[in-house]
Amino acid sequence: MSSKKEVCLSGTGVTKVFGFGSKKTVAVNNIDFQFHSGELVSIVGESGSGKTTLIKMLLGLTSVTNGDIFFMGEKRDISSHRKKKEYWKGIQAIFQDPFSSYNIFSKIDSVLLDCIHMRGGRRLPREKKLKMMREACSFVNLKFDEMTNKYPFELSGGQMQRLMIARIFLLKPKILLADEPTSMIDACSRATILDMLLKLRDEINMMIIFITHDMGLAYYVSDTVYIMEKGKFVEHGNADEVVLAPKADYTKKLLSDVPKIHEPWDFRKSGKS
Amino acid sequence: MRNQFRQLIRSGKFMTGFIIFNALVLLTIFYPIFNPGNPLAMIGFDSFIPPGTYFSLYDSVNPNIHVYTLRIPGADEARIQSLLPMDEREAMGEWLIREGVPKEQINIEDFTGLLELWFAHYNPDIRIDGMTIADRRFYQRLNAKVEGIFDIVDIHLYTYNNETEEYEFQAAISSEDYIRLRDVVNIVRLPLGTDNFGMDMMRKLVSAIGTSLLIGLIAGSIATVIGLILGLVAGYVGGIIDEIIMFFSNLFTVIPGFVLLILISYSIGQAGRSVTVIGIVIGLTAWVWTTRSVRSQVLSLRHRDHVSLSKLSGHSMPRIIIKDILPYIASYVVMAFILQISTAILAEAGLSMLGLGPRTTDVATLGLMMNWAMVYSAHLTGAWWAYYPVLLVIALISFSLNLMNTGLDQVFNPQLRN
Repeated sequence: MSSKKEVCLSGTGVTKVFGFGSKKTVAVNNIDFQFHSGELVSIVGESGSGKTTLIKMLLGLTSVTNGDIFFMGEKRDISSHRKKKEYWKGIQAIFQDPFSSYNIFSKIDSVLLDCIHMRGGRRLPREKKLKMMREACSFVNLKFDEMTNKYPFELSGGQMQRLMIARIFLLKPKILLADEPTSMIDACSRATILDMLLKLRDEINMMIIFITHDMGLAYYVSDTVYIMEKGKFVEHGNADEVVLAPKADYTKKLLSDVPKIHEPWDFRKSGKS
Repeated sequence: MRNQFRQLIRSGKFMTGFIIFNALVLLTIFYPIFNPGNPLAMIGFDSFIPPGTYFSLYDSVNPNIHVYTLRIPGADEARIQSLLPMDEREAMGEWLIREGVPKEQINIEDFTGLLELWFAHYNPDIRIDGMTIADRRFYQRLNAKVEGIFDIVDIHLYTYNNETEEYEFQAAISSEDYIRLRDVVNIVRLPLGTDNFGMDMMRKLVSAIGTSLLIGLIAGSIATVIGLILGLVAGYVGGIIDEIIMFFSNLFTVIPGFVLLILISYSIGQAGRSVTVIGIVIGLTAWVWTTRSVRSQVLSLRHRDHVSLSKLSGHSMPRIIIKDILPYIASYVVMAFILQISTAILAEAGLSMLGLGPRTTDVATLGLMMNWAMVYSAHLTGAWWAYYPVLLVIALISFSLNLMNTGLDQVFNPQLRN
């Protein structure tokens, strides 16, 4: 990947602190990053390393304690609901748990309709909306006619997560934050979901920030890898560089934790170092 | 949703509470239809008339009522026995013991045996040591009564003629004359007697259940609406607004609600205390717990993925609260509402017991009935019908509502579901 590409999301000194006094917890500690458009970035770290907090801050769902986030070269402004809505047209997310991503009381059609409305399609005729929804569903290999008028609990986890991708397909954001989108799904659906994400990326040329704790998966999909430990980026760079020639101890430990099929799992090595 | 509804119907606790509660509600609807009349009409001139069926003595000697002659075995005996009440029999027994009759022989339950002993031993001339003259006179009168007890004579009826200013013979009533109760024009059934004002307790109780439920409904709705709105706003918006709302809810938690209720009711004054006002006052002091529990539920909901996703879809805050948060806590709010009704009814009863409830002249409430029963010492005079039914109804309302709440909890709370 050339570094000539424009920077679409960057941050300087981003910090998030929960609580104060003796209960003070620094979830994200003064980090800098530069994500370029079109690339696929992975953020790898163990549970509790601050990945999800970082995602929430990038999305603007949680306030930033300190530091600045720049979106498309400008300092991001999400002070009002209107500005937030504008921001979210450019940055969207897929969450870890598809089962809790849906409002169990509304039909799944409303999820897709909301996306069309957000893209300014509120006044479109019904047939047009149905056509768009059908197209989005067929992109993720779902039959819209089987999906319509159903409640989320009638779908499987894989179907739910694919529908989330259909949602992104309709929204066509510049940046997608995928927070461990495959961790709650069985292994067979996992590859399909990943393929769809990559296909979608090529289709609408968006940037994906992929959050995972699985080093192998990160290496498989990403261009750039950021390693996060206790709220800090300990290492980042080209995926090949980081994985094949790790510098930080933490990266080495993460790499050793990747299970290998033809080797017995060495617990001493994967234990606390 | 349908599945949970089915579970509710199968839940024994919920259905028991539901049936009891609805029986009470139906009673307040249908009893006044079949027994119309003002519940606050003072029909009795005596206070605390015991429960029973009363028929007009005047109408029962009406010459137009057909008189049937019935020979009922044991009728005379029952009549004679009723003429000698228990306290007089005890007095007879006491005299006999003092006279020297062994205690074992005397059984005041055995009417004929007692009379035999009495006729064998009583002598008005005997002076027993330590007996006052008044006592001796009492026993002499009692003896006269006992001796005359077997003389069954007809009762003769005379009416006063205003023109001739003389009494004219009308009829003789023999001990074997019977009339049909249906033929008596004026019969009053008082299933629960009357209270100290002479008001029909049953009619008043039914009306009081209605009033108390209304107060519960008003207070419960107000408390739930305020609690829900404040809880949703505090939990979802957070920050300084949360701090302010929690400050006030802490303030109301620290001051005991009942004390606040007493002070407010007192300052409103007797003239201003209507059912609605009391309901509103109770509602305004009871929202705290709903606020706190709704807030804590919302706090755990607002960081869920579906709320984040709804935000990312550009929905406004009111829409997220109504569509993505409210449905998740709806069952919880219904439960809180039921408990609020129950608490409000108990609060009204407590307030009225202290004489700070609605005006007595306007309405009957369960608390006011308890208050008047207490003021007129019903518990000391043995007028159980003036307070036991009220207590039972208060307990039943509270019990049924709590049972419904527990049943709902078991259906909607996944941790309790088995």
